[in-house]
This record gives sequence, structure tokens and C-alpha cells, in this order.
Amino acid sequence: MIICTKKMDYRFGTQCQFIQNQVMVNSEKERASLLCMKALANRGRLDTVSQQMASHPQYLESFLRTQHYILYMDGPLPQPYRHYIAIMAAARHHCRYLVSLHSAQFLRVGGDPLWLQGLEAAPPRLQHLDHINKVLAHQPWLTARSHIQALLKTGEQCWSLAELVQAVVLLAHCHSLCSFVFGSGSDSDSTPTPRVHHGTPPGYCLCDAANGNTAFSPPPAGPTEKAPRRRSLDSSCEVACLLEQIKKSQEEIKERKGDRLHSQTLLHADVEKEDEAVFSADPSRFVSDPEFGYQEFARREEDHFQVFRVQDYSWEDHGFSLVNRLYSDIGHLLDERFRSVASLPFPHSPDLKRAIWNYIHCIYGIRYDDYDYGEVNRLLERGLKLYIKAVACFPDARKTPLCPLSWAPVKASDKVHVNLLVMEARLQAELLYALRAITQYMIA
Amino acid sequence: MEKMTRVSSTISGCTMFCHLDAPANAISVCRDATQVVVAGRNIFKIYGLEEDAFVERLNLRVGRKPSLNFSCADVMWHQMEENLLATAATNGAVVTWNLARPCRNKQEQLFTEHKRTVNKVCFHPTEVNMLLSGSQDGFMKCFDLRKKESVSTFSGQSESVRDVQFSIKDYFTFAASFENGNVQLWDIRRPDRYERMFTAHTGPVFCCDWHPDDRGWLATGGRDKMVKVWDMSTNRVKEIYCVQTIASVARVKWRPERRYHLATCSMMVDHNIYVWDVRRPFIPFATFEEHRDVTTGIVWRHQHDPYFLLSGSKDSTLYQHMFKDASRPVDRANPEGLCFGLLGDLAFAAKESLMSAPQSVGDVGRKTYPGGDRRYPIFFFKKPDVTEQFAQVSSALSVFESEAGSGVGMDWFINTAQSYLLSGKPFVELCEHNAQVAKRLNRPQESTTWTMLRIMFSEPANPSLSSNHNLNKSGNLPLVNSFSMKEMSAALNERNKENRQDNLHSLETNLNNNDENEETEGSEGQAEYLFGDAELDDDDLYSMEHENQAAEEPEYLLPQEAFPLRHEIMDHPSAPEPVQEKPESPHVSGSEAESTCLTPMESFSLISVSQLLFSPHLPPKFFCPIVKEMLCYYAEQGDVQMAVSVLIVLGDRIRKEIDELTQEHWYMSYIDLLQRFELWNVSNEVIKLSTCGPIMCLNQASTTLHINCSNCKRPMSNRGWICDRCHQCASVCAVCHHVVKGLFVWCQGCSHGGHLEHMMEWLKQSRHCPAGCGHLCEYT
Repeated sequence: MIICTKKMDYRFGTQCQFIQNQVMVNSEKERASLLCMKALANRGRLDTVSQQMASHPQYLESFLRTQHYILYMDGPLPQPYRHYIAIMAAARHHCRYLVSLHSAQFLRVGGDPLWLQGLEAAPPRLQHLDHINKVLAHQPWLTARSHIQALLKTGEQCWSLAELVQAVVLLAHCHSLCSFVFGSGSDSDSTPTPRVHHGTPPGYCLCDAANGNTAFSPPPAGPTEKAPRRRSLDSSCEVACLLEQIKKSQEEIKERKGDRLHSQTLLHADVEKEDEAVFSADPSRFVSDPEFGYQEFARREEDHFQVFRVQDYSWEDHGFSLVNRLYSDIGHLLDERFRSVASLPFPHSPDLKRAIWNYIHCIYGIRYDDYDYGEVNRLLERGLKLYIKAVACFPDARKTPLCPLSWAPVKASDKVHVNLLVMEARLQAELLYALRAITQYMIA
Repeated sequence: MEKMTRVSSTISGCTMFCHLDAPANAISVCRDATQVVVAGRNIFKIYGLEEDAFVERLNLRVGRKPSLNFSCADVMWHQMEENLLATAATNGAVVTWNLARPCRNKQEQLFTEHKRTVNKVCFHPTEVNMLLSGSQDGFMKCFDLRKKESVSTFSGQSESVRDVQFSIKDYFTFAASFENGNVQLWDIRRPDRYERMFTAHTGPVFCCDWHPDDRGWLATGGRDKMVKVWDMSTNRVKEIYCVQTIASVARVKWRPERRYHLATCSMMVDHNIYVWDVRRPFIPFATFEEHRDVTTGIVWRHQHDPYFLLSGSKDSTLYQHMFKDASRPVDRANPEGLCFGLLGDLAFAAKESLMSAPQSVGDVGRKTYPGGDRRYPIFFFKKPDVTEQFAQVSSALSVFESEAGSGVGMDWFINTAQSYLLSGKPFVELCEHNAQVAKRLNRPQESTTWTMLRIMFSEPANPSLSSNHNLNKSGNLPLVNSFSMKEMSAALNERNKENRQDNLHSLETNLNNNDENEETEGSEGQAEYLFGDAELDDDDLYSMEHENQAAEEPEYLLPQEAFPLRHEIMDHPSAPEPVQEKPESPHVSGSEAESTCLTPMESFSLISVSQLLFSPHLPPKFFCPIVKEMLCYYAEQGDVQMAVSVLIVLGDRIRKEIDELTQEHWYMSYIDLLQRFELWNVSNEVIKLSTCGPIMCLNQASTTLHINCSNCKRPMSNRGWICDRCHQCASVCAVCHHVVKGLFVWCQGCSHGGHLEHMMEWLKQSRHCPAGCGHLCEYT
């Protein structure tokens, strides 16, 4: 809480500059600033995510509405639970930014500070959610009726269907938001940085935004660190090395299994040194089974995991009705989000947009009967594909360094646009898998 | 009728089913009702309909690894040509099949013009070679089966097409329903532009079906869980019936030979098939509950036989349902009606069999009107309609009358006068308080009036305030949520017209509501709207709202500070007016801020609205004539108290509607009454709050006080504090020896006195006069 107020003043400053830097139609600009003002008035702060999205005000509006609804409005889950679930979800991708944000909010709504010590300290009911959290975050196609059944099995720690649906929506929302945070570079770094000196003028990275390199204002924790990373954004990196790097990072995780414990304790020690109290907590304490990550949804596994056919279970026909029935009004809000992202003006051809969307779904094993996947290869350049895949599947700053991604869009808002597409497509994918599992549970 | 008998003699069967290998997406039946085709992602088979079983006739899915062209979203059997079938493939292909082909592969033509999944194919009912398709890409295409390509393309200019249906009666017309909620009517000869378009549902319209007999009737079903019947024959498309189901509507099919019946099945969650009588939209006429997963296709077996229904489902079964085996929910339902009368009575109608139970002890003041009582001429019988196959229920009606609070005495008048709040709080709170007072004094009609006034005149933006209150106070009914504005005004009208106390009238309208389907529908939307608004107010994303409410507080505090200062210098009768406006109309200043911050919210809450027939927020002005009538009614009844209280509380909202003379008359009578009951304070408050010039002047008359000098005992003639005869200060405080300007209190025994508070203080400590005269003064 204290941090929020301390940081608020210059955040607002950056936001103003940020908006000024945007080349926007006047009315759009007003709309965006109005929204930002509202968010600012509401929370006393404006997070970097909203600042990023401000280049697409019509989307920002529906995004904020949804987020506000699932976090603060009517719903079966108590507020501390909601934030804790958000923490769990963000921790899956090691998103420091979201974890600390929701930790602070968790305390503000009266959550038990003990829980923040780690997943083991949380009530068993929330711990039960860990499995579905893990699966949804990394390999949503594994979500099965049995998971739902296990959670809903009557007992002392059971979930009700309505609670579970809200939890699932929250999880999916936060997972996908991690992708956006990562893609936009708003997340702080994996290594805890010394506390920011409050006198530091934070705006100096904004020159990047001005010359079109990136549109990103400094992340909450370490603006000092950003500069060198930005500099390495020159597009000389080899495409091949990216692929390697992604693969290598996966192998690395396996190798690191051994010294994991060691490094974890180290991180803990670092955290304790900080006086920023509990909520800049190390995300890994909310995670069990940290090795579990995304694996290629390969064709060869088809006998094992059926491809998900959109024509058999689509958001419009099935997902919407179910989720809206079990968690009233959320269907409309999510629907509006999907619609508004689909209707965002994209300077390139609509085919490209569809290709991006279908490619992300394809990564998660969702196929469209009526789409020729050869088009993905035709329309998406390699750099873009790698970028999308990294943002969608490995939004973890520890595992995937964002810097060598060679895809450099002409306009900053283009990059935000792609990030939004990734986020929404991912959200829909997770929701579809989770809701299908719930449907199967209900039929049986 | 002749035709029908012929049909039912040829078709016979029983409820039966068979297992399919895979989930079905759609089914279609051939014209002579002997075969049915089932299509799905992994199934494409033709079954023969035997007497008591399905027999597989043909598997059209051939080849070792069938292509996606076999993955069917929809299938249709031609109604003229018995060998011709068409399927819509999920990959965007439209395929026709000819069963007469000698080889195993019956595929005849393949059209791959659509870019996205084809949702629907439809053969022309009379033209052999004409096929229509509607696709996710937003286009509809018309194919001539003699050609390799489509003959014409219709662009809906919007999102995906969910259904296309040729009109049965009009040769050239077809209807298309869209994902964005629109329905378009096209002329097959004019591919450039639709003939007409209207918004049928919020969210996707999944299906539509033309009435087989009525030229202009189209039924549509949508994700918003509604089935609507539209009359297209008029210039403006009119919704004539609406059925609310419990889940999104995937298919709708009119029942043959039954003008008002249609069958529906759902897309999600609900697995049953319902047959509705559109005139009775609340309970399904019949239900088929056999399927274990969602029903994906329904079709009546023969176009002139209403007794056989075929259905395919995701649970991989194909069923033939017999109508006689259907379950009839209405048989298990207990029809009941409940309504509050305007005088606080409660009427309750229920099935006679249920009411025959012995009366319980608590039934005080209950009257039963079995069947229908001729004492009440309004009570009516609905003639049983022989054509209408619906359960006739005879109900018993009971009326619980509240004990009339019409005591002979006038206690209520005094109580009311003393307890009513006329100013000093926001309008909503005043109304609520007064409603409570009236209720406590057992005057339900007045109580209801206050509640209604609150609803009518409070800003639509903050019903949250009131509804929250309602939730807290258990005594108050949450009227805001369940009543719509429209109903309110109707009820009020009624009251004004009928001086007789026949509250049964309102009961009757309620019971009758089933028939007036449109009205129910409209009001429902309204209720939802209000509810949504109220919910939203908790939303502190738009926290301006709260600031607004906070701003109201200082506003109504203002007059309390202002009045004491003012009471000395009431020279101008019109002076208090500006002060007065404030407490009563906080919305004047608040409305601008509200309107700016509310606009985004309104768009938000629209999502849950089913249909808005009129602007949701009636302007308060709308109610003025009604309120005026009501005031006159009260005044004529002799309850001038109510008339004046309402007049004061409403203030500017109503003042201009009623002519000054009448107002003055009311005020005068009320003040007169108050003074007779020695309610001086109340009468003074009324005078103060009144806005009529002549009334305000009442307090100005004879306000001079003549005093004598306390020293020389001569009248004080000039103004000021010094007697010009003895040149002494008159009226000095006996305690502090300063001149008293303001409230002077003196002892009637010794005529010494001084500042009120000084005297009070003194007499707390001593019993003797502060002037030292030795008199034992007393302050009471």
C-alpha cells in the first residue's frame, strides 16, 4: 500500500507523457485519458498494463471492465481468495509484477498475510486449485473431467461449481495477462533489484517510445535496468539462435533441477533483505512443481490428446452459454473483450490477424476445420512466429529473454496489438478447455 | 383434416431410439417420412424408420480416411427429389449427394466457395435445383445444381450467418439469421441488398423457422434464451410472441397442424426438447427428456403429422418421440397467483384442490371467493377454448384483508402530522421516511403512494441508494427491483379512477397477464435494466457516483444552518424560496455530473436487457399529470394533509402543475386543521415551507411586539435599546447586565429577566431571582 502511494506520483507523470507520445486521433486520446483517469481515481494508481493498452482505448475499456468485474464485483468467491488465485496464476509464469500487485491488493482487502508466505500456508481449498492452475497455464489440453470432478467432490474442502467457474476465469485471465505483461516488457526482472530511489526521474526510457522502438514505460521495479536491455534490441540477432535459445531454456530447466533448492533459498535471502515487505515476494513460493512447463502439442500425440475442434466446442455457441450461466454476466464481458480485440483496426490485412489468432490456438492444440494452416507459414514471418510463441507459451523472464526477439514492428501500437491478440487468444483457449471439461462433468 | 387422417394411417410407430457411432450434428427426414439422415463430424448415415426400430440403410461416409468434407455441420434432404441431399461441411464446403448413384461414393457436387464453416444449407421447397447456404464468413450463396458454381452471393454485411430458411409460401423470399442478433429478409432475385432487416435478439440468432401455414410468421431462437415469433406481413416487423427458455435455443421447428406450437432444443446445458404453445410461454406444453447430452437436431417426421418427432443428439443416439409419451409439465404444476392490493390487501389464487385443506389458525381476516363471486362484477370467467389444448384449472381465490385502520378518532392525523418529515433530507429519504410513517400508522395506501413517488421522481441513476435501503429494512418491499415504471403508472391510474375499494381489479389483471405476452416481456426487460443499474452503483470503477452522493450531504445540511439566522428578517415572502429548493431537489446540481459519468455504464448494462420497448428512464415530467390527479384525489377525499405534504416534499417537481389558488386552498385548510389540533409547530413549519405567497404572508402578519421600558414603564416608541424618556437601557439582562438583543426571557412573577441561556444557567444553581428581588423564580 505504501509503495503504491509512493510510486503513484511519478506513475501518473509517465502516463501523461506516454499518452502525449502517442500519435492518436484527438477523440481517441480523450477517451483513453478518460479511462485512465477513471482507473487512476479508482485505484489510486495506474498500472503499466493499462498504460500500454491506452493505445487501444476501445479495448482498454472492456478489459478494465472485465478485470474489475471478476476481481471486485459480485461473485461467489471472497475477495482475498480472488487475489490469491490471481497470485497463484501469475506465479505460474513467474510474473513478479502481477504477483506483487495482487499481493498488495490481497492485503488491502483483508487477506491473511500468513498466506503470502507460500502456497503451503494457504487454506487447503486453494491448494487444491494448484493442479488445475498448473495444467491450464502450460498444457491446457490436459484439463479433464476428472480434475473438475476432484475439485467438486463433496467434502470439507470442496468447491462449488459457481466458485470453480469464477476461479477458472480468474486463472485464465491472469495467465493470459502474464503473457501481455511479458510481451510488453512491463515485468520486473527475475533478480531482485535494489529499491528504486524515489528521486529518480523515470521518464528517460521514453525516448525509445518516441523513436518507435518500444512503447513501454518503465516497469515498476527497475527502470535503471531497462536501458541496457533496450539497447540490445537492434535487430541483428539471428533467427536460428532464438529457436535454440527457447529450446535451450527448456533444457536448462531440466538441468537446473538439481541446484534448484539452492537458488530458491538464495532468492529468499535476497527478498528478505528488501524492506519492501511481503508483497514483493518471490513468485516461486506460490508454485509447486515448477518444472512443469509448456510442451509442444505435437501431432504425434494425437492419439493421446485429441485435437480440440472449434466447430465442436466454440466460444460463441457453447462456452459463452455455460460460463454465463454459472457466473452471471461474465459471458457478456468476455464476449465483448473478444469482439473488441477482433474489431481493433489492424493496419495489415485481416488475414494476418486471423493467422495470428489461429496460430496461437494451434499452439494450444485448437484447430479450425475451415482454416488452411499453410497460411500461417505464408503470412507470419519467422521472427513474428517466434515472438508469438515465446509470449504465449513462455512468458517467463527467467526462461526466455525477451531481448533477442527480432520481430520489430514498425509502430509501437502494432506490438501492443499483437500482444493483445496473444492475450485474448490464450484466454479463450484456456477457457475453452476448462469449460469443455466442466461441460463433460455436467453431462456425466 | 382428411389429409391428416390419411397421414396418420400410413405412419405408425412408437418411441424408439438407436445408438449412433458418433455424436450427431443435424438430422433431416425425407419427404415420405420413411428415412432419416444423420450427419455429424464422424457420422453420415441414413436410417430407415420401421415400425418399432431404426434400421441402418446406408453409410455415406466412405473411404479409408474420410476428408473434412464429410464433417457435417448441417444436412438437408430435398423435399421434392427423394434422392438428393445436401450437407454443409465444417471446412466450408457445400456438398450434394445423389443416392441414385450406382457407386459407393454418392457425392455429386462439391462447392468450395465459402471461406469459413458453412452453418446451414437449405433447399428451395419447390424448386428442384436451387440450394442456399449460409456461412461463418458472412455470405449466403445460392447454387443452381446444374451449374458448377454459385449463381448469386448475398452479403449480410455483418458477422456470420447462422441460419438460412426459404419461405414456404413466398417463392422468392428467404430469411437469414446472424451472429450479431439480426435477421434479414432477402429476395432471391436481388443479391445486392436485403429487403428488410431487424434486430431479433441480443447475441447470436441461432435458428429461424417459417410458419408452415401462416405466411408472415417467422420464429427465431437465440443465445439470449428466447424464442420469438415475428409477424412479417405488416410494414413494421412486429414481435407477436415470446417464449423464455432456460438455455440458449439451438433449433426451433413449428409443429405441423398446430398453429401455435413449436419445438425447441438447446445448445448447452439443457438436454430436453420442449414443445411450446406460444400463447402460453411460461410452461412448456410438452417435454421430451430422453437425451443425455444436448440435442442437436430436431425434425417433425412428416410435414402433416404432429405426433412424431425425431431428434439426434451429441450423446450419439437417434430418437423417435411419440407425442403421447411426452411428459406434460403443466400437469405437475400448481398454478398460483399472488397480488397486493393498493389498500394493503393480499389476494391469492390457487388450485382448488390445494385450497381445500383445513384452515390454519393464522388465517385471520381471510375471505374466500370460490370459483367466482358475483358480488364482484369485475371478476370474469375466461371461456374455455376448445381448440386450445391446455389444462383448465379452477382456482380458489382468497383475499386477506388488512384490518382497516379507519378509527373514528383523528389520532392518525396528529401522529402523521408530527412524524412526517417535510424537509431537511434528500428527497428519496423523505419519501422513504414518510412511507414508513404511514405504514406504521396502518395507512397502506398513503405508504404506497410515498413509495411510488420516490420511484417516480428519484433520479434513475441512484436507485441503488433506495434499493440498498430496501434490503436493509426488512419491512419495506424491494419494489424497485420487481416493478417497472410502466406498471407503476398503470397501477396508479387505476387507483385514481376507482374510488370503490375493489382491489380485485388489479388481481384480475395480474392473473390475466399470461395472455398479454408483450407487456410482460417488455416489463421484464425493464426490471432487468433497473436491476443492472442498481448493481452497477457498487461499481467503484466509476467512483464519481460516490463523490456525487457525498456532495449531497452538505447540501441538505445547508438550510439547518441558514434558518436560525433568517428568522428575524423575513421581510420578503419570497425570500426563503431559493433556500428551499436545495434540500428538495439535490438532483438539480447533481444531474450534470451524473449524466457524464453514467454514459459508459449505460452501455454496459445494456447487455442484460432482453428488449427495450421504450426509453428505460421515463422523465419525471411524465408522471406529473398522474401525480396531480392523485393530489386532487386526496384533497377531495378530505385528506388534505397528504396533499399538502406531498406538495411540499415534491416542491418544484410538481408545483407548476397545480394552479396557485388550489394550492393556497389546500394549504389554508391544512393549516387550519393543524391549528385546531394545536399543532403549532407543525403548522408553522408548513407555513415556512409553503411557496404560495399568501401563505408565506401568514407569518408576517401581526409580528410586532410592543414593549414598555423596564425603568419608567412607558411604551418604547422608537427603535433601539435606549428608552428616550429615561435614557436608560431597557431590557437589560439581570445576570450579565448587558442589553438583550434576541431572545429575552422573563419571570412572570417579578418581571425580571435576561438572556435565555443566562437565565437557564442561573436557575440551575439558584432558586432566587438573579436581580436580587427575592422572588423565587421558576424556569420550566
